[in-house]
Amino acid sequence: MFNSLKDKLQSVFSGLGKTGALSVSEVNAALREVRLALLDADVAVPVVKQFMDLIRERAIGASVLKSVRPDQQVIKIVNDGLIEILGGDAEPLKVDVTPPAIILMVGLQGSGKTTTSGKLAQFLKTKNKKKVMLASLDMTRPAAREQLRMLAEQAAVGVLPEDDKQAPIQLARRAIKSAQLQGYDVLILDTAGRQSVDDGLMAELDAIKSLSKPVETLLVADALTGQDAVNTASTFMSRIGITGIILTRLDGDARGGAALSMRQVTGCPIKFAGVGEKLDALETFDPARMAGRILDMGDVVALVEKAAEALEEEEAMRMAQRMAKGKFDLNDFLTQLRQLKKMGGIGGLLGMLPGIGKINKQLAATGVDDSMIKRQEAIILSMTKKERVSVGLLNASRRKRIAFGSGTTVQEVNRVVKQYQDMARMMKKMGSKAGAAGLKAMLGGGTSNPTGMMSGSGMDLDAMAKQFTSPNSNRLPNLGGMPNLGGLPPGINPNRKK
Amino acid sequence: MSWFKKLTDGLRKTSASASSKLSGIFSGKKINAETLESLEEALISADLGVSASQKIVKELAKIYEGESSDQDELLEALAKSITDILEPFEERLEILDIHSPHIMILVGVNGSGKTTTAGKLAKRFSQEGKKVVLVAADTFRAAAIEQLRGWAEKTSVDLMSSERGADPASLVYKSIEKAKSEKADLVLIDTAGRLQNRIELMEELAKIIRVIKKLEPKAPHNSLIVLDGTVGQNALSQLKAFKDVSAITGLIMTKLDGSARGGILVALAEEFGLPIHLIGVGENAEDLQDFNAKAYARALLGLTEK
Repeated sequence: MFNSLKDKLQSVFSGLGKTGALSVSEVNAALREVRLALLDADVAVPVVKQFMDLIRERAIGASVLKSVRPDQQVIKIVNDGLIEILGGDAEPLKVDVTPPAIILMVGLQGSGKTTTSGKLAQFLKTKNKKKVMLASLDMTRPAAREQLRMLAEQAAVGVLPEDDKQAPIQLARRAIKSAQLQGYDVLILDTAGRQSVDDGLMAELDAIKSLSKPVETLLVADALTGQDAVNTASTFMSRIGITGIILTRLDGDARGGAALSMRQVTGCPIKFAGVGEKLDALETFDPARMAGRILDMGDVVALVEKAAEALEEEEAMRMAQRMAKGKFDLNDFLTQLRQLKKMGGIGGLLGMLPGIGKINKQLAATGVDDSMIKRQEAIILSMTKKERVSVGLLNASRRKRIAFGSGTTVQEVNRVVKQYQDMARMMKKMGSKAGAAGLKAMLGGGTSNPTGMMSGSGMDLDAMAKQFTSPNSNRLPNLGGMPNLGGLPPGINPNRKK
Repeated sequence: MSWFKKLTDGLRKTSASASSKLSGIFSGKKINAETLESLEEALISADLGVSASQKIVKELAKIYEGESSDQDELLEALAKSITDILEPFEERLEILDIHSPHIMILVGVNGSGKTTTAGKLAKRFSQEGKKVVLVAADTFRAAAIEQLRGWAEKTSVDLMSSERGADPASLVYKSIEKAKSEKADLVLIDTAGRLQNRIELMEELAKIIRVIKKLEPKAPHNSLIVLDGTVGQNALSQLKAFKDVSAITGLIMTKLDGSARGGILVALAEEFGLPIHLIGVGENAEDLQDFNAKAYARALLGLTEK
C-alpha cells in the first residue's frame, strides 16, 4: 500500500530536479506524503504532527545534494530524524546494583509480557552472566504462572514456587525475600495484563511498584498496536512510571509506528525487540532498522547516503589532485576546516578513533575546542578571493583588515596563515614523495580503518597528544588541516552526532 | 451492563476519546478544509486508517462543506455513514444442526485472545444446550493447554489435548472422529497464535485445514479470525494472509473494553466484506457479545445510545 508513497513523491517533484537549498513548498509537498506514510504505519496522529513540525524546521533551507531530488533529500532528513528520536537515551538495563535488581514487567493483556519475561531472563543470564529469578504475580489469567514456570525451566533460571492463595502484593514480597535469601542477582516480576483504563488493576500495580522499588519498570508493548499506543503508553507512564519499553512481535510485518508514538509520549527509550517465539528471540533495539521499517523508504535513504558519499569522495579526489600538483590554497584549507566541523568537531572526530580517550581528556584540559575552528573559518572568510589563492598578498594592513572583519586579532590571523603554510609544505612533500596515485589511495577512502589513515599521514597518537598538550599549542597544528579528512573511510558518516 | 455501555465507559475514560476531539472541531465553525482534516484525523485516531477515513470524510464533505456546523447533526451523519458501512456485515454466529458436527476454528496472531475467546464460546454454546468438544490445538505456547483446561472445567465441556509440541493436525483429526462417534454438535478448535508472515507456521495451519477437509469436505464451517482491539493497520495484512490459508468466514474483535476503539473494523469491512460476529468487551464469558453495527458506530464517536 505504501510503495505508492515513492510514486506520489516522484509526481510531486517531477521536473524539479534542481539542486540547492530546499524551499518551503518543496518541504511541505514532501511532508504531506510522509505524513500519510507515518499514519499508515500507525504512528499516532499527535505524534505525527509533532514530528512533522520538527522535520519541517530542519528541512527548510537544508541543502540538496547533487544527483538527488529534493523529495529524496527530505526523506533522508525524515529518516535521520526518526533514528534520532527512536534511539535517544538508549542505555543498557541497570542491573548492576546491590542484588537483587528488580525488573517489573507491565503491559496490556496479550502484549507478550510473560514470554518476554522468559526471554529477558535468558538474555540476562547469557549476556550479563546474571543469576536470574522469575516470579509471576499474575493471579488473573488462568495458567499464566504455569506458563512462566515452563519458560523458567526452558531458560534454566530460578522461579518462585506458586501459591494460589496469595495476592499479587504478597507474592511480590515473598519473591523479593526469596531472591535475597537465595542470592539472585536479578528478579523479574511478571504482572497480570491489564487494560490501561482499569483503575483497580493499575492501583494494584502501583502498590507492587512501591513495595518492590524496581530498578527498571518495562512496558511490554505489541508492535502491531495502532493509534491506542499513545493512550497505553501515557497511562502507564503517568500511573506507574516506566523506565523503558520492550516492543514485541517485531518479527511480524507490521510497520510498527507504535514504537515512535510510545517513545515520543513517554520519553522512555525502547530497550529490546521481541523477534520470535523462541527464548533467544530478544534483541537489543535497533533504531535505524526501526526507522527504515516505519518509513519504508530504505532505498531512497540508501540512495541519498550514497550520493553524499560520492560527493565526499569527489571532493577528496579533487583535493588530492590539487595537493599532488602542489596547489593547496586557503580555499582548500577552509574546506578541510568545514569538513572537520561537520564531523562533529574535534571531539567528534577523535571520538571515532579507537584508543583516543586519553587525548580527548588532555584536549579538554588545554581548552582547544570547536569555537577555534569557527574563528579560523571566519578569518579565511574575511579574506578576498585573491588572498585565498595567493597568501603572499597578505601584508600587515591586509592582515589588520582581516582581523577586524573576522572579529579576531592579527595574531590569530598570523597563526592561521602559519598553519596553512605548514600544511601546504607538508602536502607538497607528501605529494612529491608518494605521487598522486598513492595520495589518492590514501585520501579517497581506500583505507578502511581510521588509525591506519593516521599513520599514513605520518602522525602517531602520542605525537598528537604531545602537540595538544604542549604549552604554546593554542592552535591546531596538524589537526586543523589533517590531510586525510577529505577521504573518510566509507563506514564513517560525517553527519553522525555524538 | 450492555456492551455499548461498557464500550462507552471505556471510551469516556480515555483522554483522547474521539468525541472530545470531535466537539472541538465542530463547535460553531464553518465546515472548511481545515475542519475536515481534523475530522479525518479524529477518525484516523480511532484506527480507521487513512483511506477509510478519507473516504468517509469526503462523503460528508459533499453535503456539509461550506455550511455552518451543527455538531449534533454532523456527528449523527458520521455515525450513519459508519453504520451504513458496517451494517451489512452484522451477523450472529450460529451453529447449524445440519452439520454433524459443526466445525469451528479460531485463528489469529499471538496474544489476540483466541484461547480466551474459545473458552467463552464453549461456555456460550454449551449453555445453549449444545454438546461441545473443545480442542486445544495450540500445542506450542507454554500453558495454552492448561488455560483452556481451566475454561473446560468451568463450563464442563470435553477437552481434547495432547502433550506440548505434538502435531496439532493429528489432534484435530482425532477430535473430529471422537465428536462424530459421540454425536457432538460442535467441534471448537483453538489454534496457536502465529504471525501471518511466518510461512512455516501458516503452512502448519494449512495442514490443519486439509485434515479437517479430509473428514468433512465442507468444513470448517466457521473459520474465525480473532483480532486484538488495539490492532492498527496491520490487521489488513493479517486478514489477507489468514484468508488465503484458511478461508476466513468471519471476524471477532476482542479487548474493546480498554481505550482502543477498533476502528480498523471499518477498513476491514470496506476491504474484505466479511461478517463481523462478536466483540469482546470484558473478561467474563457474557462480555463476548454479538456485534451491532449501529451501537458500535455510535460508541466509536462517543454518541449516546439511541
